[in-house]
Amino acid sequence: MIWQFDIIILGFLLIAAILALRETDLLSATMIFGVYSFLMCLLWAEMAAVDVAFTEAAVGAGASTVFLISTIYNTKRKSSD
Amino acid sequence: MTITEFVVSRLNYWIYVILMMIGLFAMISKKNLIKKLIGMSIFQTAIILFYVSMGVKEESNIPILEHNIAHASDHAEASDHGQVEEIRAENYANPLPHVLMLTAIVVGVATLGVGLAVVQKIHQEFGTIEEPEILAKIKSGHG
Repeated sequence: MIWQFDIIILGFLLIAAILALRETDLLSATMIFGVYSFLMCLLWAEMAAVDVAFTEAAVGAGASTVFLISTIYNTKRKSSD
Repeated sequence: MTITEFVVSRLNYWIYVILMMIGLFAMISKKNLIKKLIGMSIFQTAIILFYVSMGVKEESNIPILEHNIAHASDHAEASDHGQVEEIRAENYANPLPHVLMLTAIVVGVATLGVGLAVVQKIHQEFGTIEEPEILAKIKSGHG
């Protein structure tokens, strides 16, 4: 565990989480959520949990982004809040 | 212990609590159903962050054995070679929380998929994914 990386990644993680929820365009919110998942993946690689890291990269940043985009395609792109 | 030590040395745990509260707030207060599901995912990853943080040690490596390190059972045989090192648990991160959280990630994506399928069904039924509009349509008997 390298505490400098830890602090930087945790800071970006908080920013990404807040921005993903404040964005009114759902497609942008999905992209920022993908960034959040990738930062989580970096955090786990840095905390020596490599198996969790590549599962998160494949499943969290990959599959859940595709699910969200396909749902937005089938519903609406604009959000009220 | 000073206050900065108390915050910095447990920074992962502080951030985990903050992320969990962000996710809970989004699930309660956001009106859009997809926003609620993004909040649910943030909540789940915050809990995974808590568990993985418990397995971290200072100066530890990834939990994979190297070739020249012997098991404790062949220690007698290994000592003949001279250069073979012993396994020391403090050199490796604790892999038990990692294995448990591997399941939690997959379950998290499965719940997200089911939730999004329900959102699509709601959109077919009511024509909207905003919670107040859905509630108004249910109340007026238009559903």
